Amino acid sequence: MSLNPLATVKEQVDLTPRVADEVKKTTCYMCACRCGIKVYMKNGKVRYIEGNPDHPVNKGVLCAKGSAGIMNHYSPARLTAPLLRVGERGSGEFKEISWEEALNLATDWLQTTRDNNPNKLAFFTGRDQSQSLTGWWAAKYGTRNFAAHGGFCSVNMAAAGLYTLGGAFWEFGEPDWERTKYFMLFGVAEDHDSNPIKIGMGKLKNRDDCKVVSINPVRTGYSAIADDWLAVRPGTDGLLIFSLIHELLKADKIDLAFLARYTNASWLVIDAPQTEKNGLFVRDKEQQPLVFDGKKQAFVTVEESDNPALTGTYELADKTKATPVFELMVKRYLEPQYAAENTAEKIGIEATTIKRIAAELAHVAFEEEITIEQEWVDWRGKKHSTITGRPVSFHAMRGISAHSNGFHTCRALHLLQMILGSVDCPGGWRYKAPYPKEIPPPPKPTAGSEEANQPLNGMPIGNPQSPEDLIIEEDGTPKRIDKAYSWEFPLSSHGLLHMVLHNAWKGDPYPVDVVMMYMANMAWNSSMNVKDTLHYLTDKDEQGNYKIPKFIYSDAYYSETVPYADLILPDTTYLERYDCISLLDRPISNAEGPGDAIRVPIEEPDRDVRPFQEVLLELGARLKLPGMVDDSGKALFNGYDDYIINHQRAPGIGPLAGWRLDDEGNLTHGRGNPNPNQIQEYIKNGCFWSEEISLDKQFNKYANQAYLDYAKHMGWIGQSKPIVMQIYSEAMQKFRLSAQGLTEPQPPQEHRERVETYFDPLPIWYEPFEHQLIDKEEYPLQAITQRPMHMYHSWGSQNAWLRQITNRNFLYIHSKVAKTYQLQDEDWIWLISHHGKIKVPIKIMLGTNEDTVWTWNAIGKRRGAWELDENSPEFKQGFLLNHLISELLPHKGNGFHYANSDPVTGQAAWFDLRVRIEKCTAEEQQESDKNVFPLFPPITKKHLETDTKRPLSQFGKTLKGEPGNTSPKEIKEWIGINGTKKLK
Amino acid sequence: MTSIPKKTEKKLGLVIDLDTCVGCHACVVNCKEWNTSGHMAPLTDLNPQQEDPDGVWFNRVHSYEIEQEINNEKHSQTVHFPKSCLHCDNPPCVTVCPTGASYKREEDGIVLVNMDTCIGCKLCSWACPYGAREFDQTEGVMKKCTLCIDRIYNPNLPESSRVPACVSTCPAGARSFGDFSDENSEVSKLVKERGGYELMPEQDCQPVNRYLPPRPKQHQQEQDTMVQLPEAESNTEKLLTRWAQQLSQNY
Repeated sequence: MSLNPLATVKEQVDLTPRVADEVKKTTCYMCACRCGIKVYMKNGKVRYIEGNPDHPVNKGVLCAKGSAGIMNHYSPARLTAPLLRVGERGSGEFKEISWEEALNLATDWLQTTRDNNPNKLAFFTGRDQSQSLTGWWAAKYGTRNFAAHGGFCSVNMAAAGLYTLGGAFWEFGEPDWERTKYFMLFGVAEDHDSNPIKIGMGKLKNRDDCKVVSINPVRTGYSAIADDWLAVRPGTDGLLIFSLIHELLKADKIDLAFLARYTNASWLVIDAPQTEKNGLFVRDKEQQPLVFDGKKQAFVTVEESDNPALTGTYELADKTKATPVFELMVKRYLEPQYAAENTAEKIGIEATTIKRIAAELAHVAFEEEITIEQEWVDWRGKKHSTITGRPVSFHAMRGISAHSNGFHTCRALHLLQMILGSVDCPGGWRYKAPYPKEIPPPPKPTAGSEEANQPLNGMPIGNPQSPEDLIIEEDGTPKRIDKAYSWEFPLSSHGLLHMVLHNAWKGDPYPVDVVMMYMANMAWNSSMNVKDTLHYLTDKDEQGNYKIPKFIYSDAYYSETVPYADLILPDTTYLERYDCISLLDRPISNAEGPGDAIRVPIEEPDRDVRPFQEVLLELGARLKLPGMVDDSGKALFNGYDDYIINHQRAPGIGPLAGWRLDDEGNLTHGRGNPNPNQIQEYIKNGCFWSEEISLDKQFNKYANQAYLDYAKHMGWIGQSKPIVMQIYSEAMQKFRLSAQGLTEPQPPQEHRERVETYFDPLPIWYEPFEHQLIDKEEYPLQAITQRPMHMYHSWGSQNAWLRQITNRNFLYIHSKVAKTYQLQDEDWIWLISHHGKIKVPIKIMLGTNEDTVWTWNAIGKRRGAWELDENSPEFKQGFLLNHLISELLPHKGNGFHYANSDPVTGQAAWFDLRVRIEKCTAEEQQESDKNVFPLFPPITKKHLETDTKRPLSQFGKTLKGEPGNTSPKEIKEWIGINGTKKLK
Repeated sequence: MTSIPKKTEKKLGLVIDLDTCVGCHACVVNCKEWNTSGHMAPLTDLNPQQEDPDGVWFNRVHSYEIEQEINNEKHSQTVHFPKSCLHCDNPPCVTVCPTGASYKREEDGIVLVNMDTCIGCKLCSWACPYGAREFDQTEGVMKKCTLCIDRIYNPNLPESSRVPACVSTCPAGARSFGDFSDENSEVSKLVKERGGYELMPEQDCQPVNRYLPPRPKQHQQEQDTMVQLPEAESNTEKLLTRWAQQLSQNY
C-alpha cells in the first residue's frame, strides 16, 4: 500500500494466470463443419474452447458457434433423464424413468415390430454424423425405411455431383484456395462448410490476382465481401449457367481436349427413336462404351482410341445411327433460347453482365492457366511432365439445391466446370478422399423383404443406376415410407425426411408401427407446414389410437419435438461422448489427402443421459441383431468406442482409417486389422488422422493411375479404373425409356410424363414447380431464407450467448417493394403464400433482388421450448417461413399431390416459395409489437423440474485462473492467418 | 482526474480489415468466452434465458448497408464493422476517471480498468465517443477490452494462443495484432499499404486501433464494358467442324 492514502492505487495485473488445469482436444459439433477444438478445463469445468491449429479443417480458427459451445454444453434446456409420456402427445406430461425401463420399453416396441415386419420401423436421423452406424443398424434391424437429413438439406448438390463427377462440393470436394484466381459462389452456403470457406475467402481477398463473384439474391455474409455480387432471381441459377455455357461455346472458349479425354463427350449415343435402345450408349459385347476413332475409322472402346470423334453421325452395323455426346450437348446449349439476351430478364441480371462473366471465366481458364512442374501418369500409361490448372473454381450448396429444379441446376454447374476443363486441377475445384468414386457410386439401395426378423442384404440408402434398382411394388407404387427410390423421386440418394411424418400419418403408402428419430426438430423448424405436422403427430384413428402409433426420439435438449414423442432417450452433449467422423461417411479429408476424426468425452455427464450411438448398439444387442451380438447372443460391443475400434465393414476396413495394425502388428493406415489402442493414438494426435498424398497423386484423380491404385488400396473404389465424368447420363435416359413405355419396369400412367420430362440425360432448366403452378400476379414475390453464420446448422439448439446476437428476425424487403406497399422500417405486414399467412415485421434494404424478400432461418422458436422464459423475443417476434411452405405441391388437376420436392432426387424445395404482401391495418400494427402470427400455444414441461443448478448469468466467475509466477516474455506479433502474403 | 502517460513503450493494438470481414461474429463470441473467466471475469449476462437478453461483451459486430447515389441511381454496399476498445493514445475515458481506476499502461498502451477501485460512476462510458465500454450491472463496475492482457504475455499458453482471442479465432484472417510504435511491424505496414484509418479523428482521441477500408468495388456497368467475348463462328455447324479439326490435331 502506498504511504499516501490519496495516491492512486496501481493495479497489479496478472499477466500469466494459469488458465487451464488441462487442455483436451476433440471435434466440434456446433454445426456440421467438424472442426478440431482445444477445450481448456479449469476446476473440472469447460473454461474455454479454441480452434486446434494442427487440424486440417479449421487450422486453429473457430467460428461463433464453436466458441459458444460452452453455453450449449451447460444449457439449462438439457434433458436429464429418460422420459415416458404420460399425458396426451404435445401436452408435455412426462414421467422420468430409469434407463433400464426405457431400454426395455424400446426393445419391446422394436421387437414386436421386427417380429411382424421390420419395415414398420421408420428410423430417420437429422444432423447425424454417425450415418455409417445408424444406416448399418437399420440394415441389420431389417428396415428399408432409413435416411438422414440430406433429403431436406442439399441432396441435389450431392446427387448431381455423384451422377456427374463422382464427387460433389463440400464434404466431397473443395476449391483450390491457394491457387484459384476466379471463385464463383452460388447461393447461400454459409455453413457448407463454415470455417474453410471463410479461411479461403480471406486468402482470396488478400491476393491481387483473384476475383470473387457471388451469385445470390441477397447480399449478406460472403456476398458482402465478394468483388462482384449478382442479385440472381431465386431458382434461375441453372438458366444463368446455361447462358454462360452458351456464350463460351459460341466463342469457342472450351477445353476440347479435356472433354475428349476425361468426360463421356466422345461416347456414342444411339439415335433410334421409339426403340428400347434409343439414347443409350453404343457398347460392345463386354458392355464397354464405344467411340468412333477418326484415324482408325472404326468403332473402338475408349481405351483403344487415341482420336475419338466428338462430332458427326455414324452408322452402326445394324444401320442405326449414333452421335457423340459432345455434339448433342453443343447443339442443345447453342440454341438461341440460352443466349444471354434471351435469359437476362428471367434471371434478373443484365445480358452484358452475363456475357462479361463468361468472358472473365474464359480469360482466367485459358489465358491464366497454371502449370505445376510435376510428372504424373494417366490411366493409359501416358506420362505427363506437368500438371495443368485452369484456375476457375466454384462452390454451391443449399442455395441452388433447395429448388425443385435443383438437381439439373447442380448438374449444369458441373457441366460448366467440365467445359472449362477445370475439375480436380490446380486452381480449380478438387475432390476430397474418398472421392472421386464410380459414377454413380455403389451401393444401390436395398429393398429387403417384409419377412419377420430379417436383416437387409445391403444398405438402405444408395444410388440407383436404372429403373430396376427402384424400391417399388409390382404395381409401381412406393415401398418406402418416404417414397424414396420410387417413380416419384427415383434418385433420392438421401431419402425424404420431410415426408416421413405426413406419409406415416396418412398411411401412404402404408402405416408404420414405430417412428424413431434422432436430432431432427420435426415438430418445428425442420418441417415444412409445422401446423399440419403437429396434427400428423397428434391425430387419432376411430379407436382413439394415434395414427403414428409410437414415436421414439433422442435429443439432448428440450426442443419443440420432445413433447410430441412417447419415449425420450436423452442424448449427451458433444463434449460428453465418443463419435467417429468416418471415411465410410463424411470424413475430414481435404484435396491433399484423406482424414478422419473422433470425438472423445471431455466431461462426464452430470445427468442420467447416454450417447445415442451407445444406446443404439445396446438396443441392437437386446434385439440380437446380426453383427451386434456373438453366436451366444452376447453383446459384441461394449460401448460406441469399442465399436469404433473393432467393427469392420469389410476385411481391414473399419470406421477409422488411422493407426490400424498390419499382420505383423505394426501400425498402418487405411486397411488393417483393428488396433485396441486406436483411440489412444487418435487422442495423442489431437483426435484426428490425416495423410498428405504425394503431389503426383493430388490432381486429375479421376484419370491419375497412381491415385486410382491408391484409392483402390484404401477401399474407396472397387477397381483401379478411370472415372469418366458423365456429361450425358445414361442412367437418367434409362428412366426416360421406361417412362416412354419402351423398357421395363414402367412407371404407372400418372407418373410417366413427369419421369419422361425430368429425366433428360442432359441438364435442363425449368421453372420451379411452385412457380409453374401458382398465379404469379397473385403472388408476385419470392421468399427465401439466409443462414446467419453465427447460428446456421446449430438450429437444433438454443444458446445463451448466440441469442444475445440474434433473438428475433425481420423480413427484409427491397426499397422498391417498400415503396409499392408504402412500408417503413419495422412496419408489420402479412406475408401470404398459397398455403398460409404469417404476420411479421419488415426492414428495408437495397442489397436484395428486387422481387425477393428474405429472412434469417430458424430464429423463431415455440413458446415453452428450450427452457426460455415465456416472454422471450424468439417467441414473440421471431418467425419461420416454414408456416408458408407446404410439403405438398398444389393440385395439378389430376388430384395427385406431389411432394414439394425435386422430381429427380426428392430434395425439399424450400426456396421455391412465392408470396404476396399485405400491409397490416393500423390496429394490427399496434398490437403486433406483442406477437407474430401464428402463435402456437406454449408447450409445457410438466412434472419436470427446471434445472436451476447451473446459472448461466455469470459463467466463468469461478473459473478465473490463479496467478502464475512466470515473468512475462517478449510480446509476439501476430498477423491474421493469411498474413501479409500480398499487399497492394 | 486520472493522468495518462506521456509516452508508452509500445503501442499495442488491432488492425481490422473491413474488406475481408464477413460479419460472422467469431471474434465476438471467442472474446466473450475467453474473457468471461479472464482478467475482468465474469462478463455477466443479464436475462440469458429471458426477455431482453443482454450482457457484457468487449467486442461487437455491427452490420450496415451503406447507400450512395451515382448517376441518379442508388448503389449500396454491405459492411460488417467489428468494434471494441481502440486503446486510444489520448483516452478521454481515462482522464475523466475520478478514482484512477481507468488507466493507460505505460508499458504497452493498453487501456484497462482496475475493478477494485472502479466505483461504477460511468463517467468513462459517457466520455468514450466510440461506446466501447461495457458496464457490468451485477458487479457494479465498468469493464472493457483488455487486448487479452492475460493471453498475450502468458507463457502458460502455447505461442499461437498468445494473441488476443479475437485475432487467433478470426476465420477470414481479418484481424491483426501488433505494435504500432514500430514502423516496421506488420500492423504498421498493413496500415501504410492499405490506407488504414482511425475512427473519428475529429474527436482527437488518437485511437491506436486502425481499420482497413473495404477495397472499392467496380460498378457493374463499368465492368461490363471492360471484357468481351468475340463470337468464334456464326453457326453451330461451323463450330462443330472447327472443333472436329481442332481435336484431330490436339488429342
